[in-house]
Amino acid sequence: MSNILEISNVNKTFGGLHALSDINLKVEEGLIHAIIGPNGAGKSTLLNCCIGKLIPDTGSVTFNGRDMIGMQPHDINHAGMVRVFQTPEIFPELSLLDNVMIPALAKRDGTFKFNPFAAMSKENEIREHAMSVLADVGLDRFHDQHAGSISRGDKRRLELAMGLIQEPALLLLDEPTAGMARHDTNRTIDLLNQIKERGMTKIIIEHDMHVVFSLADRISVLAQGRIIETGTPEEIRNSQKVKEAYLGEEADDE
Amino acid sequence: MKDLLKSNMAVMVIFTVVVLTAPIWLEPIGASYPDLLQKFAIFGVFAIGFNILFGLTGYLSFGHAAFLGVGSYTAVWSFKLLSMNVLPAIIFAVIVSGLFSLVIGFISLRRSGIYFSILTLAFAQMSYSLAYSVLTPITNGETGLQLTLNDPRVVDGMFGIPVTNSLPSTNFFGISMSGYSGFYFCAVFLIIAFYISLKIFRSPYGMKLLAIKSNQTRMKYTGFNTRPYLLSAFVISGMFAGLAGSLMAVTDPLAGAERMQWTASGEVVLMTILGGMGTLIGPLLGVGIIKYFENIFSALNEAALHEAFSFLPEFLGNIMVVIANPFVGEGWHLTLGALFMIVVIFLPGGVMEGIGRIAKLFRKDKAGSDVLTEDVVASSSEKTDGGKS
Repeated sequence: MSNILEISNVNKTFGGLHALSDINLKVEEGLIHAIIGPNGAGKSTLLNCCIGKLIPDTGSVTFNGRDMIGMQPHDINHAGMVRVFQTPEIFPELSLLDNVMIPALAKRDGTFKFNPFAAMSKENEIREHAMSVLADVGLDRFHDQHAGSISRGDKRRLELAMGLIQEPALLLLDEPTAGMARHDTNRTIDLLNQIKERGMTKIIIEHDMHVVFSLADRISVLAQGRIIETGTPEEIRNSQKVKEAYLGEEADDE
Repeated sequence: MKDLLKSNMAVMVIFTVVVLTAPIWLEPIGASYPDLLQKFAIFGVFAIGFNILFGLTGYLSFGHAAFLGVGSYTAVWSFKLLSMNVLPAIIFAVIVSGLFSLVIGFISLRRSGIYFSILTLAFAQMSYSLAYSVLTPITNGETGLQLTLNDPRVVDGMFGIPVTNSLPSTNFFGISMSGYSGFYFCAVFLIIAFYISLKIFRSPYGMKLLAIKSNQTRMKYTGFNTRPYLLSAFVISGMFAGLAGSLMAVTDPLAGAERMQWTASGEVVLMTILGGMGTLIGPLLGVGIIKYFENIFSALNEAALHEAFSFLPEFLGNIMVVIANPFVGEGWHLTLGALFMIVVIFLPGGVMEGIGRIAKLFRKDKAGSDVLTEDVVASSSEKTDGGKS
């Protein structure tokens, strides 16, 4: 299998803080790759370096053979790398359906299209597609509600739908189940497992070990800005280094 | 009713009928004379254009009067140099103000929020100062740009339109642009402007502008380059302002720098917020209310107040006159300020929100969303919808 994303020798410092040091990471196409680590390990910083929110001090981020460093966020999106944020980034004043139609329009129209005389009411194809994706995440019943009025867990699922409708080659999920109740978490896991078959590669940042071990094909452990281990869930579970650095005493009980 | 308002055709038919019959239905409130009707139509065009920028993208420009002024100057120059026909004047005004707003927009849109507002305000004040000082050869400074007897009027000359001893008046292929014909001419442009705005509001382009207002960061990570979207909306609204400026020159062919002053920019902001930003007809209601009350209150004086309170005992009447006097005549802006404060505090979505609330009271089914306020995306809508869901 080929690597869809290669991160090599990435360093990022904020003042005196070494947030990322010498990160090397290869993500294989078609897999779910989880990045775990304690708070402040640099997980979100790493994602931000991938999608153009931050520019690393050194190193390269290569996606599908293209260098992503210095590219604008909207160009990275069109290259096929889409991020779902940790705190829901949605359009609170618009309806759920509109929230999902907008990314679909982005996919079709590109970074800019001036069509002030086209009618939104005639975009039936995109509307039906958006409804089907809303149904996938179980929100189709609320399609005409304002996105700002739904619960936090629903907002996160809505944002997941906004990512899924673009059918990106690589979907970056920043703690997709944080703040969700247990049954919502399980629904999200089921959903992510269902869409695994669609051949979409995913990187998941997660605290919840239940989520990580029920989804991931590969796991990388990040601690203090360094990747200390990468491997299959089984390898990570048995790794002595990971136990010391992250799982700590809790892991000894298992 | 709801489905009816979803059809562009139905909306346009209703709107056209309402606008063209304005001289009739405004008669009972004493607002049906041409001067005021022209003002309604011209400021209507201005506010509709301003609402495309402010209502859809949320970018608050404090410099739109600059484009209004540029439109007026361009139109008057067209009258002086080319022809008294209004068509070339309007076309040139829209083009020139479009180019002008392209430059100002390109620079101002490097920033958002309050910094954008300040940048546009600074540009407008610079234009105003330049019109008064360095650009006097073009703007005729303090006196204002006026028609003179020895203007060349090249095109009119070619068509053999006789030169008379009095100043010629503006015309549309022979139809004089004064009185009611001036109003109907402006009304046609108001209807066109409303149609364009309706199409934009209901297009994918308009939807993307709304999404930029809602969450611009999200738009960038969703794959949109937001700059050209904002710039195009800015230029469209600048062209609308230029059109309004040229219509001012059409009905009264002179242009002064005070048209570009920040108070003029502030007025269109007030109109849009008072009526209901982000709604299709809110800005027009704002124009109607402000221009109508300006007309009434600025005409009142102390004598008229004494007459109005004559039903009270003389002592009480005198007190009422003393209280009311600062709010009329020259001081009518005090009334406007008070009105504005009341609306913003109690109806943050403007008059349109008030209409929406009244409509809700009369409607039994609470499930349906509001027809009239369907396009409202003001921050207040969250508050009202919070309880519904």
